[in-house]
Amino acid sequence: MPRFLREYFNRNGVGLGSVMLGLVLFWTIGLIILPQLSMLDFSFRPNLPPPEIGGPKDLYTLENYKYLIFGPEGGSQDYNAVDLKVFYRTLIAAVLVTLFNLMLCYPIAYYLAQTNGNHIRILALMLIIPYWINEILRAFALRIIFGESGVLNNLLVGAGVFDTPFDFIRNDIALYAGLGYAYILLMIFPIYNVIESLDRNQIEAARDMGASWTRIHRRVVIPYAKPGISSGCTMVFMLSAGALAAPQILGGPSSLWFTQLIYQQFNDNSDWPQGAAYAVVLLVTCILLVLALMRVFKVNMGDIGK
Amino acid sequence: MSAGVGVNLENLWIRFGDFVAVRDANVNINGGDFFSFLGPSGCGKTTILRAVSGFLEPSEGNVLIGGNNMKGIGPNKRPTALIFQNLALFPLMKVWENITFSMEIKGASAKERRKRADELLDMIALTGQGDKLPAELSGGQKQRVAIARALCAEPDVLLLDEPLSALDLKLRQHMRSELREIQKRVGITFIYITHDQGEALTMSDNVAVMRAGVIDQIGDGKTIYNDPNTAFAASFVGENNVFRGTVKKVIGNEVMVSTNRSGDLMARISSNNVGKMKEGDDAMLFIRPEAFALAPVGTQGDHFVTAQVTKEEFEGNVFNIFMEGEGGKEMKVSLPNLGQSFESHKGEPMTLEYDVHNAVALPAGVLATE
Ligand SMILES: Nc1ncnc2c1ncn2[C@@H]1O[C@H](COP(=O)(O)OP(=O)(O)O)[C@@H](O)[C@H]1O
Ligand SMILES: [Mg+2]
Repeated sequence: MPRFLREYFNRNGVGLGSVMLGLVLFWTIGLIILPQLSMLDFSFRPNLPPPEIGGPKDLYTLENYKYLIFGPEGGSQDYNAVDLKVFYRTLIAAVLVTLFNLMLCYPIAYYLAQTNGNHIRILALMLIIPYWINEILRAFALRIIFGESGVLNNLLVGAGVFDTPFDFIRNDIALYAGLGYAYILLMIFPIYNVIESLDRNQIEAARDMGASWTRIHRRVVIPYAKPGISSGCTMVFMLSAGALAAPQILGGPSSLWFTQLIYQQFNDNSDWPQGAAYAVVLLVTCILLVLALMRVFKVNMGDIGK
Repeated sequence: MSAGVGVNLENLWIRFGDFVAVRDANVNINGGDFFSFLGPSGCGKTTILRAVSGFLEPSEGNVLIGGNNMKGIGPNKRPTALIFQNLALFPLMKVWENITFSMEIKGASAKERRKRADELLDMIALTGQGDKLPAELSGGQKQRVAIARALCAEPDVLLLDEPLSALDLKLRQHMRSELREIQKRVGITFIYITHDQGEALTMSDNVAVMRAGVIDQIGDGKTIYNDPNTAFAASFVGENNVFRGTVKKVIGNEVMVSTNRSGDLMARISSNNVGKMKEGDDAMLFIRPEAFALAPVGTQGDHFVTAQVTKEEFEGNVFNIFMEGEGGKEMKVSLPNLGQSFESHKGEPMTLEYDVHNAVALPAGVLATE
């Protein structure tokens, strides 16, 4: 038995230790790794009617991946322009949502973490309670706010900002707002957590030496909060890129989210292998993107877990 | 001393809600002085320092630095640098970046900063350690980096909030003389906060003794030690034996106190109370352990005390003798080790005498240990 395992069992006892270990293994292997592996397996198989599954035609193929890049065989275009466009638009939009989220949440997290008093607990509650409402309802509520005759348009037109209602939905503003709002807690809390442990004296020391607030944040707070920022950004990015409800409900009619394509493949086309391939591509690309950015910003994997 | 920048506190009050943390403080600190605020934990020392550095606006009164009223001037605009109780080094910056952070703010080039950092590192005997992170240094080294970082900002006044409290005893004693050295070399005003009277006495030109938001006494170390203003100052600074009683007779600058348990004893009235003590007043008489000398057992008189020896301690340079007088009155006496053979007197009575000039009489008041 390796040393860390023995220590683990010594600390927790054999009984409790085995139960906890078993649960964690079941969780990671049974609920995460195996289903993902079966998806991976799907993505390399042709879409066959049930009787032919396991038959001579059921051979591994790259067909499904080729489809994303080149489109249907003998199609009119050289590339699958429609799906690829949706793909990179989704990634870019997810990045933008993440950045927007960060800019919004960093000040909130900083304020929550560095201020004392009862009102802070109330503020935190006000952030949390809306999340008791389920995702679909929240998305529809935003639709009502951003709709053509919605609250926001009534206000803006009434105040004379616009002559005619502005189509927030067709312009994807409702979508970005919805995605941004959906994950603010996942951005705020990791950052809050880190900043809360930042010694106030460090901020005061910097201030004492004449630093402006921008410099204090740039040189003292942000470097310290980097693990929290990375962890928040990673989660928000992954979840935005993989979101389905918000794009379904808040997305403009002409702009699809990549997850909607995946959903169509699974559901409307009953083409599970194709859907699986799309999902795998999305997952792998997101992971690679995150890893690349982590390298650029010199963040360690261990920091993310903080 | 050199013409440094002085600091004045004028009728300074600081309140937190109903709580008065500093009550009507009036202090004049000369430019170039090493000035200490000495008092027990929670007496308002840090609060005063924060008011001087600008992190806290006084509720009333003024802080003057170099004669200029600092009202409304933020901490980043004051000619002070504060060394925090926990140092507050930036953990993610290298030592040299930490030290020259104030230059970075002013826009100095990396090369200039590096050069200055190396000079300061030489000064604090950390040559070549600039590329380490603070966490890679020992406690004493971090301490010195914090000092260098503050000095790099070229402040007129350096404020130090119990900077040695985290160090072990030996290092603390070493850093005392080091700090004093640095202060002499740079010639700027140091305002030093401590609850350790040894630190305050050894390092400072002048000391303010504080108790619960009130400044009891300001003076140089000798004055504070030999001529305390209040019972609190007498009992907080150094060790002291207290004899409670009432004034029996006032004779010029001296007083006869009829003590509760040790008979009538004579003492010198502390200089700020001369003329203020009257017959019948409650009084306290303070005699330091080292002010006693052995006398023939049983000698009677107004500067003799007889008591039972309960415990003896040999400390090398002195013998500490703990005694119990009538009614459980406890005393500590320190006799210098002059090579005399000292046989155990445990359980035996012993008579001590003192020079009346070395006993101080004060109006009864709160003691530090109470
Ligand atoms: N921001 C504050 N709010 C309320 N009370 C405070 C605050 N800062 C300090 N105090 C109180 O003021 C008193 C003096 O504190 P402080 O100056 O830190 O003491 P010291 O440094 O002498 O140990 C303490 O009783 C402390 O509880
Ligand atoms: Mg303090």
